[in-house]
Amino acid sequence: MADEEKPASSPPPAGEPPKAAAPKPAAAAAGAHVPPKPPPAMAATPWESALTESLKQAFGDRISQYSTYLGQNFIVANAEALDSILDFLKLEADFDYLVDITAVDYPKLEKRFELVYILYSFASNERVRVKIHVADGVKAPSVVHVHLGANWLEREVFDMFGVEFEGHPDMRRILLPEEWTGFPLRKEYSILQQDDRWVKENLGIESGH
Amino acid sequence: MAQSTFLDANELVLNMGPQHPSTHGVLRVILKLDGETVTGTECVIGYLHRGVEKIAENRTYIQFAPYVDRMDYVAAVSNGLGYCLAIEKLLNIEAPPRAQAVRVILTELNRITSHLLWLGTHALDIGAITPVFYCFRDREEALKIFENYCGARLTTHAFRIGGLQYEVYDGFEQEVRAFCDMFIPKVDEYEELLTNNRIWVNRLKGVGVLSGEECKEYGVTGPVLRASGVKWDLRKAQPYSGYEQYDFEIPTAQNGDTYDRYTVRMEEMRQSVRIMRQAVDKIPSGPIMAKMSKVVKPPVGEAYVSIEAPKGELGYYVVSDNSTQPYRVRVRPPSFVNLQALDRMVRGGLIADVVAIIGTLDIVLGEVDR
Repeated sequence: MADEEKPASSPPPAGEPPKAAAPKPAAAAAGAHVPPKPPPAMAATPWESALTESLKQAFGDRISQYSTYLGQNFIVANAEALDSILDFLKLEADFDYLVDITAVDYPKLEKRFELVYILYSFASNERVRVKIHVADGVKAPSVVHVHLGANWLEREVFDMFGVEFEGHPDMRRILLPEEWTGFPLRKEYSILQQDDRWVKENLGIESGH
Repeated sequence: MAQSTFLDANELVLNMGPQHPSTHGVLRVILKLDGETVTGTECVIGYLHRGVEKIAENRTYIQFAPYVDRMDYVAAVSNGLGYCLAIEKLLNIEAPPRAQAVRVILTELNRITSHLLWLGTHALDIGAITPVFYCFRDREEALKIFENYCGARLTTHAFRIGGLQYEVYDGFEQEVRAFCDMFIPKVDEYEELLTNNRIWVNRLKGVGVLSGEECKEYGVTGPVLRASGVKWDLRKAQPYSGYEQYDFEIPTAQNGDTYDRYTVRMEEMRQSVRIMRQAVDKIPSGPIMAKMSKVVKPPVGEAYVSIEAPKGELGYYVVSDNSTQPYRVRVRPPSFVNLQALDRMVRGGLIADVVAIIGTLDIVLGEVDR
């Protein structure tokens, strides 16, 4: 079995150098069609439930998409409405546990950062994801006043993607050193890239690629 | 961050870590003290940051699988299970029943090794030297099963996307049963050393109290949440890998203090044995790998899958662009989120309790920093 498995993983390394560029054409394809924001053609289906009805009533066109994919529900919303949506979900629909905040970078899109807020409700044992899109250099609203746990999660998004959060009590890097330059999880940041100046000054070594 | 004004001129800023035996790795905590009372903290983390999420984008799905073992390195099997389940979700496949049963056995065994390491070091932090030797002695027996199964003891890479790489070895069932029989009396032995020990009780009771509401507010999960009276475990709430077939309890406690977190974890180890006994008695026969293509290339889409790791909710949010490499892998680490509650737990308490509270959170810095 061990020998049988190896060939499965060995072809990809052989094709690795061309593959490194592979995600970009895919993202470019999405950019060519301009309006569709989500990644190219995810086979998501519309999501309808009592919750979506109440959200539609409360937020109207500030929520642009209600979808479900692989049984997981998500909505796409305007960035400005984010904190009121999370507040509504927390108080009216019992989504009282903010599981995670993360981001995905689509450099070819005008609003390149897709911020993903994963919520869970202990009462109904359900999850929902709220997504917003922000352009480079535009601040996203902080949700620390809704969920205290957002504090470090937002700092990590800032650290890795450079998305700043408006109203965050302590907007600093969290994992990388404070003087570090660049945002590693942006797509243009190569995996071999690092802040050579920082490494040299602080660690006293010539960093080799 | 410390600004001593005339009015709080007595404030003392003390740096704890990153090289400190009781921070369980390279955690640095800046403590603001008023006498012996903690008035504020700031955690400095990232010393162990390796850019795991960036690495994921530059490897194929299969190549990345061993990397996840290096996050929570005392519970590598759980990390691997979560990752495999997430990719399987994207591929819309399920591991065959035989693979699922073996996964459950190894994951529960791993929960025990993780809790044993926590118990040993936590007790050591508080000043009880003996338990660490007992715990490591018995942890060794569990690690031997991992070693026999896949050759590695810690960073096991035990599972593959779609099932298991290895068929279980001859005598696996007997060894697991023997471990179960051996282990329950050992838990009683640890409890005998600690549970009613006056020093232990005095050091833990009422220390680092976190209410259930506060846990939800901070997103704290795992034994910490359950010790605060919230009966929530992903194995029950959203069962995966066939956990719905097994009969077990979710241990909880009401006070949310360090002592309750101790009792919850002790009981969890017993429940893990209970699950393993049921699973090992009825490992179904059949294939160990799902039918899938040799090259993992999920359709365009995204999924969030989470499991109940020993430390709490471990989630993977994976975005696929239909290539052999993930477009984005986000790991939702329980330790990182739980550590955020540290400030709340130590504020107003004594500096001597900081060590107890870091220990009770059961963080692994490899997972905090990734």
